[in-house]
Amino acid sequence: MVVFAIASVTSRMILRSVVYLLFVLCAIAGFYFLIDYNYLAAIQLTVYAGGIIVLFIFSVLLIHHIESKLEVASLGRRILVGLASLVGAGLTLSVIWAHPFTVAENSARSTEVRDIGTGMLSYGDGGYILPFEVISILLLAAMIGAIIVAKGTRLTIKD
Amino acid sequence: MILGVSIYEILTVTTLLFFIGIYGFITRKNLISILLSVELILNAVAINFVVINKYLYPDMLQGVYFSVFIIAVAAAETALAISIIINLYRLVTSVEVKATETMKF
Repeated sequence: MVVFAIASVTSRMILRSVVYLLFVLCAIAGFYFLIDYNYLAAIQLTVYAGGIIVLFIFSVLLIHHIESKLEVASLGRRILVGLASLVGAGLTLSVIWAHPFTVAENSARSTEVRDIGTGMLSYGDGGYILPFEVISILLLAAMIGAIIVAKGTRLTIKD
Repeated sequence: MILGVSIYEILTVTTLLFFIGIYGFITRKNLISILLSVELILNAVAINFVVINKYLYPDMLQGVYFSVFIIAVAAAETALAISIIINLYRLVTSVEVKATETMKF
């Protein structure tokens, strides 16, 4: 997973880096399967690997010439940013490894989709009905906004 | 929990993913590549929510809800950003960062 992530941010052919990102996303879905959240794994596979990657590939094919290589940052800048990222990762890792997590014992009950659905649609204590409705409005607004922005000037001229 | 895999190892992997995303976000010069790095960062955060939920509080589902909302917001954000990039490409025929020097069109 980490190897493909590094390949995805350093590859100079953009279509290859999109495919590397697809591998990373599939690995994350496999990780969700391992940890016994099948619903999340299904969402990850359909939304990310199915939707967003296709969107990326379409936009790459619309915009780029496939054989053209990406412009890279200068070597000094890359080394500087790499060092800064390593320092940040080291700091975070030292904090994580120093913190004693009290890991709960394995509960035999596995999560069902029914639990997720009832929790998300309940308006009692700890229910998530309000964020659920807000996210549906947000998705609708994003869809309309994307259509209008991608249409561009043609709409405003017609007015 | 996964048998034989401790929470520290999984958090290490997600931390590495997060900082690889940040590295790509800063060094890339292309708008689509920057968006791709943002996807890496968002995925690392979503895994963190799920892992901490599963390992520390296995009887609750809060982390799963937050991950679902993160995925939905990421999908909306990607769709909008790609439409903006395509519109920008129509205007300036380039998707490099240095070519987009003005916000007004």
